[in-house]
Amino acid sequence: MERLITRGAEAEIYLSEWMNRKVIIKRRVRKRYRIKEIDEELRKPRTKKEATLIIEARRAGISVPIIYDVDLTEMKITMQYVDGEKLKDCLDGMDEKKQKDICKKIGKSIALLHKNGIAHGDITTSNLIVDGNKIYFIDFGLGEKSSEVEKQGVDLHLLRGAFKAAHKNEKLFQWVFDGYKKNFEGADEIRRKVDEISGRGRYTVRG
Amino acid sequence: MICLGIEGTAHTVGIGVVRDGPVNILSNVLNMYSPPSGGIHPRDAANHHSSVFVDVLEESLEKANIGFDDIDLIGFSVGPGLGPCLRTVATAARSLALYLKKPLLGVNHCIAHLEIGRAMTDADDPVLLYVSGGNTQVIAFLNGRYRVFGETLDIGIGNCLDKFGRKMEIKFPAGPKIEEMAENGKKYVPLPYSVKGMDVSFSGILTAATVLMKKERREDVCFSMQETCFSMLTEVVERAMAHTEKDEILLGGGVASNKRLQDMVKKMAEEREGRFYCPPQNLLVDNGAMIAWTALLMHKSGMKMNATDTSIRQNFRTDEVEVTWRD
Repeated sequence: MERLITRGAEAEIYLSEWMNRKVIIKRRVRKRYRIKEIDEELRKPRTKKEATLIIEARRAGISVPIIYDVDLTEMKITMQYVDGEKLKDCLDGMDEKKQKDICKKIGKSIALLHKNGIAHGDITTSNLIVDGNKIYFIDFGLGEKSSEVEKQGVDLHLLRGAFKAAHKNEKLFQWVFDGYKKNFEGADEIRRKVDEISGRGRYTVRG
Repeated sequence: MICLGIEGTAHTVGIGVVRDGPVNILSNVLNMYSPPSGGIHPRDAANHHSSVFVDVLEESLEKANIGFDDIDLIGFSVGPGLGPCLRTVATAARSLALYLKKPLLGVNHCIAHLEIGRAMTDADDPVLLYVSGGNTQVIAFLNGRYRVFGETLDIGIGNCLDKFGRKMEIKFPAGPKIEEMAENGKKYVPLPYSVKGMDVSFSGILTAATVLMKKERREDVCFSMQETCFSMLTEVVERAMAHTEKDEILLGGGVASNKRLQDMVKKMAEEREGRFYCPPQNLLVDNGAMIAWTALLMHKSGMKMNATDTSIRQNFRTDEVEVTWRD
């Protein structure tokens, strides 16, 4: 029995059962709006890469769902169901102390990802699941095996953008960065990159 | 209440007359600058604006069948845009307001694209895909402001198409001609697909397409360019819809006139059981009516500006505007 729980931008997320476990099936469905050549060029590598990255992230000690199965004909990944709440939905309801704690942990986890050569590619508050004291990183679909400063900068830039767009507390990103810096030597260089990337957008405050 | 709206952020002078209540566009006249060759030089565009301004104004009043005395409010595009163009229309707007002794409001151009779309379609709380020459943004309303969820990290989609057009010696604006050529494209030639979360980037595609132009059929390159760029835009706008949990998608900006882009976004909306909205062509492009309508919304929510508050803002960001007219 499969039940559709979310329709993300590129995949449908189903809640299902697999070997008596509650699982999530992420199915990258064919997008009729784009031509086959582009569609296939995107779906297959993204599915494959996502599974690989999640497994590597887990090895590096970051909280991510366990991968049970990868099917590259149907472009689907079967993985552990994480019983938590999207950070997007619970962040504003937390007191400041809790927010600070969570943000620092996120920063530490991003540092771990980067230290292990993993760039997530889409770190937003929708892709972080809070389960008790653990923060799970999900959706590595835009991720890459890369230690490029640019890619690491994009990770932090996206999270800063997501905070700015949808959350009130303006200190959130600074806390994330504090946690990041503590655990990653090259943090200052990345920080400069983040500002550079933000400055590439149109109509940003420069200087 | 009748508002005169003046648009002039880039290549177009547009003057529209709009009555409030349910939106009632009495006139919407525009005159677009198209350079004899090359791209738009801001100074030449500004000269164009000042030379046609009076004609556009007279035609707009005539079509609306009103006189100066009937105007209750004046709105103008205060930014973002090209400095010389903004200064030209801002000066005209201020002079008119002072002469007629009517209130004046500076309107954010990007938000005007969104508001006219909401007024002219059934869209209530949409995600806007705003695609024009200079601008490429994914905008949605959240916590009292229009926030930019995604945008181009380098050039606007229209600018990308125009620049590519220029290499093929197509006159500005190149979009319509590229669309026509793309219809005769048969083969997809791979181009870099550049999506970073909800942001996009087009400069790499432009470079790659310029190289490919020399070895592939031009129609095929146009086709591939449209397919790649528009797939990217559709993907990020879908991601913004998923992220904000909104199910309406609205198009705005000149590039949204492209039928293939409309078709792709519409299909995407259908697939996720969302609703697709697109205002008529003359309100997709830069126009005065959208400025007039947004000024009316601002005015009715109690917003007031002194002439000194109406300095132009070349880098006016969408999320800087406090949206007092929405809950």
